[in-house]
Amino acid sequence: MFPASFDYRVAESIDEAISLYQSADGEARYLAGGHSLIPAMKLRLARPSRLIDIRPIEQLRYIRVGDDGAVHIGSLTTHAEIAASDVIAQHAPLLAQAAKVIGDVQVRNMGTIGGSLAHNDPGADYPAAVLALEATITVQGPNGTRHIAATDFLKDMYETALEPGEIIVDVAIPSYSGWKSTYVKFFHPASRYAVVGIAILANADGNQVQDIRIAYNGVASCAFRDTAAENALKGKAATDATIAEAANAALNGVDVLSDHFASAEFRKHIGRVYLKRALQGLFAG
Amino acid sequence: MTTYVGKPVRRVEDHRFITGRGRYVDDIKLPGMVYAYIVRSPYAHAKILSIDTSQASTAPGVIAVLTGKDLEADGIGGLPCGWQVNFRDGTQMKEPKHPVIAVDKVRHVGEPVAVIIAETREQAKDAAELLTIEYEELPAVVDPQKAVEDGAPLVHDDAPRNLAFDWEIGDKAKTEAAFQEADRIVELELENQRLVPNAIEPRAAIGDYNPGTDHTTLYTTSQNPHLIRLLLCAFVMGLPEHKVRVVSPDVGGGFGSKIFHYNEEVIVTWAARKLKRPVKWTAERSESFLSDRHGRDHRTKVQLALKNDGTFLGLKVRTYANLGAYLSTFAPAIPTYLYGTLLQGVYTTPAIYCEVYGVFTHTVPVDAYRGAGRPEATYLLERIVDLAARELNMDPADIRKKNFIPPFDGIEQPGYQTQVALQYDSGNYEAALNRLLEMANYSEWRRKQQELRSQGRYIGLGLSTYIEACGIAPSAVVGALGARAGLYDSATVRVHPTGKVSVYVGVHAHGQGHETTFAQIVADKLGIALEDVEIVHGDTAEIPFGMGTYGSRSLAVGGSAMVRALDKILEKATKIAAHLLEAPESDLEFREGKWYVKGTEKSISFPEVALAAYVPHNYPPDLEPGLEAESFYDPKNFTFPFGAHLAVVEVDPETGEVKLLDYYAVDDFGNIVNPLVVEGQVHGGIVQGVGQALYEEARYDENGQLLTGTFLEYAMPRADEFPMFKVDHTVTPCPHNPLGAKGAGETGTIAATAAVANAVADALQPFGVKHVPMPMTPQRVWTAIQASQQVA
Repeated sequence: MFPASFDYRVAESIDEAISLYQSADGEARYLAGGHSLIPAMKLRLARPSRLIDIRPIEQLRYIRVGDDGAVHIGSLTTHAEIAASDVIAQHAPLLAQAAKVIGDVQVRNMGTIGGSLAHNDPGADYPAAVLALEATITVQGPNGTRHIAATDFLKDMYETALEPGEIIVDVAIPSYSGWKSTYVKFFHPASRYAVVGIAILANADGNQVQDIRIAYNGVASCAFRDTAAENALKGKAATDATIAEAANAALNGVDVLSDHFASAEFRKHIGRVYLKRALQGLFAG
Repeated sequence: MTTYVGKPVRRVEDHRFITGRGRYVDDIKLPGMVYAYIVRSPYAHAKILSIDTSQASTAPGVIAVLTGKDLEADGIGGLPCGWQVNFRDGTQMKEPKHPVIAVDKVRHVGEPVAVIIAETREQAKDAAELLTIEYEELPAVVDPQKAVEDGAPLVHDDAPRNLAFDWEIGDKAKTEAAFQEADRIVELELENQRLVPNAIEPRAAIGDYNPGTDHTTLYTTSQNPHLIRLLLCAFVMGLPEHKVRVVSPDVGGGFGSKIFHYNEEVIVTWAARKLKRPVKWTAERSESFLSDRHGRDHRTKVQLALKNDGTFLGLKVRTYANLGAYLSTFAPAIPTYLYGTLLQGVYTTPAIYCEVYGVFTHTVPVDAYRGAGRPEATYLLERIVDLAARELNMDPADIRKKNFIPPFDGIEQPGYQTQVALQYDSGNYEAALNRLLEMANYSEWRRKQQELRSQGRYIGLGLSTYIEACGIAPSAVVGALGARAGLYDSATVRVHPTGKVSVYVGVHAHGQGHETTFAQIVADKLGIALEDVEIVHGDTAEIPFGMGTYGSRSLAVGGSAMVRALDKILEKATKIAAHLLEAPESDLEFREGKWYVKGTEKSISFPEVALAAYVPHNYPPDLEPGLEAESFYDPKNFTFPFGAHLAVVEVDPETGEVKLLDYYAVDDFGNIVNPLVVEGQVHGGIVQGVGQALYEEARYDENGQLLTGTFLEYAMPRADEFPMFKVDHTVTPCPHNPLGAKGAGETGTIAATAAVANAVADALQPFGVKHVPMPMTPQRVWTAIQASQQVA
């Protein structure tokens, strides 16, 4: 499988990448891990005239706690690096829990958080996690730098708030040290994308839930927070009854995706069963 | 005594493969080589109104744009079908032309419509986008049962109701009578879903023409180069065989998909002769999905008549077999002679009747895929047997034992004559099942099943006691059944003057490890070291005419030919040894590579005799020099390996997820040359069989678009989904070949699908679920439970 011909350029810095974008004739695309873009190009579903390889930009590859107390992740950080990071394990383990089940080893070693968020595949694993974590995504482009809340960033299937020429540079996550979290996934047996992926983040004293965030991947055209499910537990004790309530409240009124592997009805069912079980697991001890 | 045979010798070819030094067709680069890109139909059924090549022809690097009309103008014919199955009433099989490149009409998505030849692959593919093809889309039919209905779109105007043939086997009247007498009848409607073979190496072909000598060479990813040469020369292109060489170097898996003569083989050969430059084509993976012949795709109704004590009285089967848009090389044989003939299974069922409708649809042609007909037969038989056991409240092991054919060795006791034409060679079916039940600790699993059910966990046990017919032959029999080719095989043993040995075999490995297993036999037979033997295959310029590798035939048929050739070598070598030792032949004994004069230490070694054969200074006066022998072996019968498998699954009834907890297999392959290689075959086969049960499905939409046309949608089994398998063997030698060996290449695939299907049904018994269609995805399992609960 060969992509249509394109102009390949390598950027050493963010500024260089942006100027290469601006000087391109036709559509330019940034190349990070390439695990969605390259297959799409080989299938000739994507045909950029210029590919700007940003992988050499070392300043986009980091995980650190910033002066603001938040965890900052450079956009070129790979899923494997996130999964293995001590910093993330301490402050935002939910992100690592999601990273660990992305694709397979090869994908995790190549794919980047920036690339995944910029692509916003409905079956990706990060979107629900960054929604639950209320991450802030920083982008840089021809018109300067913008900080965008994850919920504003992720717009719809393959759609984000990125303007032409903008690059994700940083993902900032407030510290959730002491919170409980889990990411559960019902994956497609071929693609290993999430048919249903659920990110749960809870601030709880035992099973007394002070705050909880529940976000879904895979179920709809874009990841979303399920506030009805959250409200069923927020400020309450997580018991079999309230957990069942949350599961029943989940996915109401959601326009659920459907395909031959998982119909809308089945997907919704799995979404609720997986939520119930994940909550039971989270508050079981 | 053997040094190598029966030992788990590590495969000598693996070092080459795992260090990237294998040489596959796509590795071959010939001087001046150009590249073909094949433009394929995006429609399942459409008229081709026009093809405008003007822009594509002038694109950078393009050498030629060729269409079906150019091919016809050069007198190239259609692809032949190698097996004829007629209608029940004697009407000849409908065999519409199978064009190499479509001319007026396309009949499946992926059918070749035009070929771009350019200096590079990329240029060829880019130019393809400049080709303007105007189609008029027509209604399509993809389901074989719908295709025979009145008013269904016709795939070929000259095949009414889309039937290629209808076929029957067994005794209808006797079976109807058995059904009349039965205490009960158990029935199921089954779909054996379509699969894509997905060999790891995509198909590839290179045509090469030498105008100086008028020689044509085709390099191709084939399981049987001689057959391809014969079909290409005699039926498609009208080329003289002595001027054509077909080479299949290392081949990376086939599972049957590389048996058949393909459009692309003709295209590159024709284009190379036309352009006088080597032409290479290598499939992209998406092309493999749309052009490799698919497997299975049956819709079947099966009914079993039985007594209340579990005795089987009769079996009735009606199958609609999807053949796809055209008849592929062996397509008609798969759902008939490799399917209906297996419906006896390992049971004494006294009356069997099976009818099969071979149906054209607007889909990729269907042909042999690992097991080829036998997995389909085993699936329906083992499912209906389990269902019968459930209805009678018998353990599935017990109902099988009640109906097993008693042991027979084919020597003291005759072979077993089935109700459906075959005569089994030898078998001991209950012994295999007993070994399995013991190895798996079956009764303990049953106890555990009860215990877990009370905790709300649902495990299921699935048995599959299968038989298969393989090592396909003999020629006279298959000829009578409609085969248009012989099914013997051949080997030439060439002893070199130093005593090293090259063996040229007609069969061809594409993952089976012949370079090791065949060499083990040679080394033992001649008393030489394994590394002094080389097995050569795959090149028609080197090997004798052979039929290739499929249907688990290589060892039983090709290996037997080799043994016979080795016998001829030893016979002649003994004469030479006797002369050199100045003793009568009757005074010699051959052991460990040396001839001894009995009762003395006087001896001569195999290399010394070999040297004498080529430097015949002191030599028997009436004997020809040289030490080389050839044998063509046409067996008396198929071989019939059999066995018993057990799958243990756990089903999550709330989500429909199925987990394979454990898997046990006891197989009987007769004598085993290399247990390590055989175990590998069993493991791979099981995984493939489980793949069909749980994951794989080539699914078309109503318009004939393949919905699972990439690895994003088509789920292959993966290592992390499997437990370690526990395997063992019983040994019931094949009575009719010199090795006593039966085929081992397909049994895993044949047995495993049914074992897992039975296990899932067993797990869901408390929910009243009778059957879950394959692949048993979570949604299908969950839906089956929901449907059953609603009924209850």
